[in-house]
Amino acid sequence: MAYSDRYEMVCGVETHVEMATKTKIFCGCSTEFGKEPNTQVCPVCLGMPGTLPVLNKEVVNLAIKAGLALNCEIAEFTKFDRKNYYYPDIPKNYQTSQYDLPICKNGWVEIEVDGKTKKIGIVRAHMEEDAGKLVHSGESITTSFSSGVDYNRSGVPLLEIVSRPDMRSVDEVIAYLEELVQIIKYAGISDCKMEQGSVRFDVNVSLRPIGSEEFGVRTEIKNLNSFNSVRRCLEYEVERHAELYDSGQSPVQETRTWDEVRGITLSMRTKEEAHDYRYFPEPDLVPIIIDREWVEKIKASMPELPAAKRNRFRSLGLSEYDARVLTSSKAMADYFDQALAQFDDPKTLANWIMGDLSALLNADARSFEDSPITPAQLAGLLRLVQKGDISGKIAKTVIAEMYKTGKDAEAIIKEQGLVQISDEGTLSKIVDEVIAQNPKSVADYQAGKEKALGFLVGQVMKATKGQANPGLVNKLLKEKLS
Amino acid sequence: MKVINSSIAELHKMLVNKEISCTELTREFLKQIDKNEPKVKAFLTVTEETALNKAAEIDKKIAGGGEIGLLEGIPVALKDNICTEGIRTTCASRMLENFIPPYDATVAQKLADAGTVLLGKLNMDEFAMGSTTENSAFYPTLNPWDATRVPGGSSGGSAAAVAAREAAFTLGTDTGGSIRQPSAFCGVVGVKPTYGAVSRYGVVAFASSLDQVGPVTKTVSDNAIVLSTIAGHDPKDSTSVPFVKEDYTQYLENNVKGLKIGIPREFFGKDLNSEVRKVINDALKILEELGAEIEECTMPHIDYAMPAYYIISPAECSSNLARFDGVSYGFRAKADETVEMFKQTRALGFGPEVKRRIMLGTYALSSGYYDAYYLKAQKIRTLVKKDFDEALAKYDVLISPTTPTIAYKLGEKTDLLSLYLGDVYTIPINLAGLPAISVPAGFVNGMPVGMQIIAKHFAEGLLYRVAYTYEQNTAHHKEVPALLKGGE
Repeated sequence: MAYSDRYEMVCGVETHVEMATKTKIFCGCSTEFGKEPNTQVCPVCLGMPGTLPVLNKEVVNLAIKAGLALNCEIAEFTKFDRKNYYYPDIPKNYQTSQYDLPICKNGWVEIEVDGKTKKIGIVRAHMEEDAGKLVHSGESITTSFSSGVDYNRSGVPLLEIVSRPDMRSVDEVIAYLEELVQIIKYAGISDCKMEQGSVRFDVNVSLRPIGSEEFGVRTEIKNLNSFNSVRRCLEYEVERHAELYDSGQSPVQETRTWDEVRGITLSMRTKEEAHDYRYFPEPDLVPIIIDREWVEKIKASMPELPAAKRNRFRSLGLSEYDARVLTSSKAMADYFDQALAQFDDPKTLANWIMGDLSALLNADARSFEDSPITPAQLAGLLRLVQKGDISGKIAKTVIAEMYKTGKDAEAIIKEQGLVQISDEGTLSKIVDEVIAQNPKSVADYQAGKEKALGFLVGQVMKATKGQANPGLVNKLLKEKLS
Repeated sequence: MKVINSSIAELHKMLVNKEISCTELTREFLKQIDKNEPKVKAFLTVTEETALNKAAEIDKKIAGGGEIGLLEGIPVALKDNICTEGIRTTCASRMLENFIPPYDATVAQKLADAGTVLLGKLNMDEFAMGSTTENSAFYPTLNPWDATRVPGGSSGGSAAAVAAREAAFTLGTDTGGSIRQPSAFCGVVGVKPTYGAVSRYGVVAFASSLDQVGPVTKTVSDNAIVLSTIAGHDPKDSTSVPFVKEDYTQYLENNVKGLKIGIPREFFGKDLNSEVRKVINDALKILEELGAEIEECTMPHIDYAMPAYYIISPAECSSNLARFDGVSYGFRAKADETVEMFKQTRALGFGPEVKRRIMLGTYALSSGYYDAYYLKAQKIRTLVKKDFDEALAKYDVLISPTTPTIAYKLGEKTDLLSLYLGDVYTIPINLAGLPAISVPAGFVNGMPVGMQIIAKHFAEGLLYRVAYTYEQNTAHHKEVPALLKGGE
């Protein structure tokens, strides 16, 4: 029995995003991913005695940008605080983060699930430093004889975005995360490469009887790094809560981890064991005053965000579905916009981009940024179809050739003699031959079977190797058989 | 006059005139170290070889007709919480007994750039926590004026080394009086600059919002020369202030006519030893005779400064010292698993005073206590600042004793509270972030007494002017410790 008959799920998410700066938040070390362990470190990000942090201004710029993209208020006065806890991957045994005065607060993200839109509140977004990474000699920490620490990631700037507990289903959570990640990517805050761990999610979830206003006991599952993990983990966890309630028990307020392999959550620490982080203002950094001019300057440089783009695409006459698919990546949306500048039929263009071109790119695992066919070339191809120079069917052959060779559509058509036959005299002769060879279909059509006409059109196309103008063939056949 | 008693300006002249080579000068101080260290124990590390190499370099430069700067070739020693590239920096702790920093503190770099010759690193209370240098994990430093007494602390090594003429000058650090109190106990000149005037980069932090580096010297003019070199904005320290760097020697003027001096009555309370009080009153009389206008004033929140300091400084220390866990540098205890390794490393690596302050600070920051302790202490800090702002709006400088008593006997202070109270006149200045100087003002039972002068933020120049005037019109700074007389 699914939990949702009896219980309502309440969920909020904390999202950690690695910001796309060239250097770390408090020192000049590179943030590049995938380098040899401990090659992108200095005394500052190693937390050596006497060293001091100096704030990278670009981190503040990106945090302001993120705040604007998430409809947040941007603080005029913000500061860093120390979050104190012991772990071998944090070199100072405190994380420089933000506590009571975060840079961004009170925002929202709009999501759509089953055709219904909903605003998910953002409590706050704050800046902090990432920790290093433990590298275990064995499979996991428990089976390892020893562990090493790689500090390359230590001091990479993070933005922690905390949502309100506004989500009521797993689909809403996923819709929120997808929208959030898109916004972050569009605004250039982060490349959100999940496989590199540049986005990580902590989910807080509880159940309550349907109709109840009070929150149930919540558990927090930390460090999920893909939408799929979040979905599977939440599906597991809500069923676990439901079973406990059903048997007269209750979940314990605690922090849990997700075991990807076994597909279960495991207890990490209970409320009683929770850390007391002993936050206090970071005395090594001065507070940040953000004047409104600074905010306005960043506002003026904001790119068009996914929601605005979708609205614009819909206003061009595209369906909601098309608008969503086209904006699913910024590269795809940019491709569409660039081609649209040279081809004036948005719906046809969208079909080709979402259909044939996507299929070709997907087969090679390429993105729209690296498409061998430029937006101008695609527009050129579609103009030929529009003019009637080639049929849509021929265009499918041509686009594959363009993808392979990088040549323009016109050149390929010329080389391969693929120009559409639109000469009435030429086609008339072929139509007559097809009528003569297919008396049964002719009789069927004349007896009122509309389907038979399609067969006859197909025969003409076959006879012309697909180069006949289908509209003209249709017209000629109808005239001759009436 | 002996070379070792000479001022920086005099030594510079001797080097320029080739009356002495830099190598000879360096050897003079090394000889002094050899002779006095058994009785003073101010040094933790002596860098004889690098010192002589550097001296040879400078001699070559002089021989080649090169022009040398005022501090070039002058032998110096640094408190051992100031990181020196390639040279052991211990903070007088087992935790960093073998720690060799791969970087220089900005102040160490500035002195090296100025051409000073580094003689070594100086003893201190472990991680700068204490006021006697008895908290050094290695050995206590002894007062050159009386070997049965402490030199003060935490920069006890810095003050004792100058008093024993083991270096031409030294640097110390001051979080609650750690430069001024030992300077007073050892009869030398010590300055705690305005918070933000000198870079803290590479200085192992005790309490970040209070720590400042400052010079310890034989005379006021030496002090002004050194501070002019080490002060200034450092892009590596966000709390260092981008102020216009000054040459403080321009303020060395023998004139206090018309200056208004405030005497906060709270600094002359019942804790003040009556003989020390007399010394300070005599000093004030001299300044008055020289034309200063002296007036008593009051600072109503000063009594709360001590308790606020003992919340704020341990709170910051508990976090600053968290990094010493045995993971990537410093002492590591053997243990079977990580958490146990953390615990054992810290249990064995830190001494009792450091542990006490870490526990105090951890408690003060704990959830549920933060508002009652840390937040309240910060509010008191604001009130203390306000008291000083108001007083310094009325007066050019404020004057008090540096300490309520003369140097304690070794082991005398068994009651911690009374030991902490010994810093009652210096602590408020750190809370307010103001500059202050301690100058020799006389003697009680043959032991030096220090006078503290306090000025507005970045008014170090005025401190030097008042201190210089006093020094030029008295002879206390010319007295030398018994230890030095004994050898002649």
